[in-house]
Amino acid sequence: MNLFFFLFASITVLSAIAVISSRNPVHSVLFLILAFVNSAGLFVLAGAEFLAMILLIVYVGAVAVLFLFVVMMLNISLEEIKNQVKKYFYSGLFVGLVLMVELFFSFSNLDLIRNKNIEVINNKNLTNTHLIGSVMYTEYFFVFQLSGCILLVAMIGAIVLTLRRREGVLRQDISKQVSRKKKDSIELINVKNDNAN
Amino acid sequence: MLKMTMPINPTYFTLLSALLFSIGMLGIFLNRRSIIIILMSIELLLLSVNINLVAFSAFHQNITGQIFTMFVLTVAAAEAAIGLAILVVFFRNKGSIKVEDTQQLKG
Repeated sequence: MNLFFFLFASITVLSAIAVISSRNPVHSVLFLILAFVNSAGLFVLAGAEFLAMILLIVYVGAVAVLFLFVVMMLNISLEEIKNQVKKYFYSGLFVGLVLMVELFFSFSNLDLIRNKNIEVINNKNLTNTHLIGSVMYTEYFFVFQLSGCILLVAMIGAIVLTLRRREGVLRQDISKQVSRKKKDSIELINVKNDNAN
Repeated sequence: MLKMTMPINPTYFTLLSALLFSIGMLGIFLNRRSIIIILMSIELLLLSVNINLVAFSAFHQNITGQIFTMFVLTVAAAEAAIGLAILVVFFRNKGSIKVEDTQQLKG
């Protein structure tokens, strides 16, 4: 089990480094997918199977594909973005190193977690999905509703931001079609019949 | 449900998440060339927070950490959708996605 942990963890870290350092944004998205798949494996090792599957569906199935679509739609030229790396390298490296050293010290000095081991949550022989559902739909019900509202607002916001009306495109106007009356469009004319016998 | 034969020390999980968080922060500071890499770095930060929450949830035998991981996932998906929409509009207006070009509001 430790072998699997180190396998998943090392692939996750290496692909995260590849995400922030690769030249081509498409490669970055693919490495991001690799990082998410491996951390789903880590979630399974920690006993959170449902979250692992949700991570695969939501991130790999939706978010990463959205990233890929946007990267392909934008058509970014690669030569333009190559020569801007060195400018902020040392300040960025300084900030990242300081943060990493701080986090390592604060986590490795937790006496709480030093000599104990993770065991899988299983109080009443329930499955993980059953446990999550039994707490989420009772105790955190309003938070759950609120997250649904967040998703709705995000959907409406994304549609409104990217909606574009172009001039000169023929399209149907439903209300104009429906509100059209008979007297607006038909005119009856009495024609005199000259050939009557 | 899955039974684990050999348990894993939670210190490894926290150190891994610290490493991932630092990598994501480094990505935000390093990539000044395109906003889309910065959005991916934000996804990495949220992923490291999720790993931390799941590890402590398993350690404390408490399911609340996994539930909050689901809420973090929701917010991350909404943030990715809105951020990519803003990115598309920005590219439509400016023709590039460099961070240096976002200076119109400078007054």
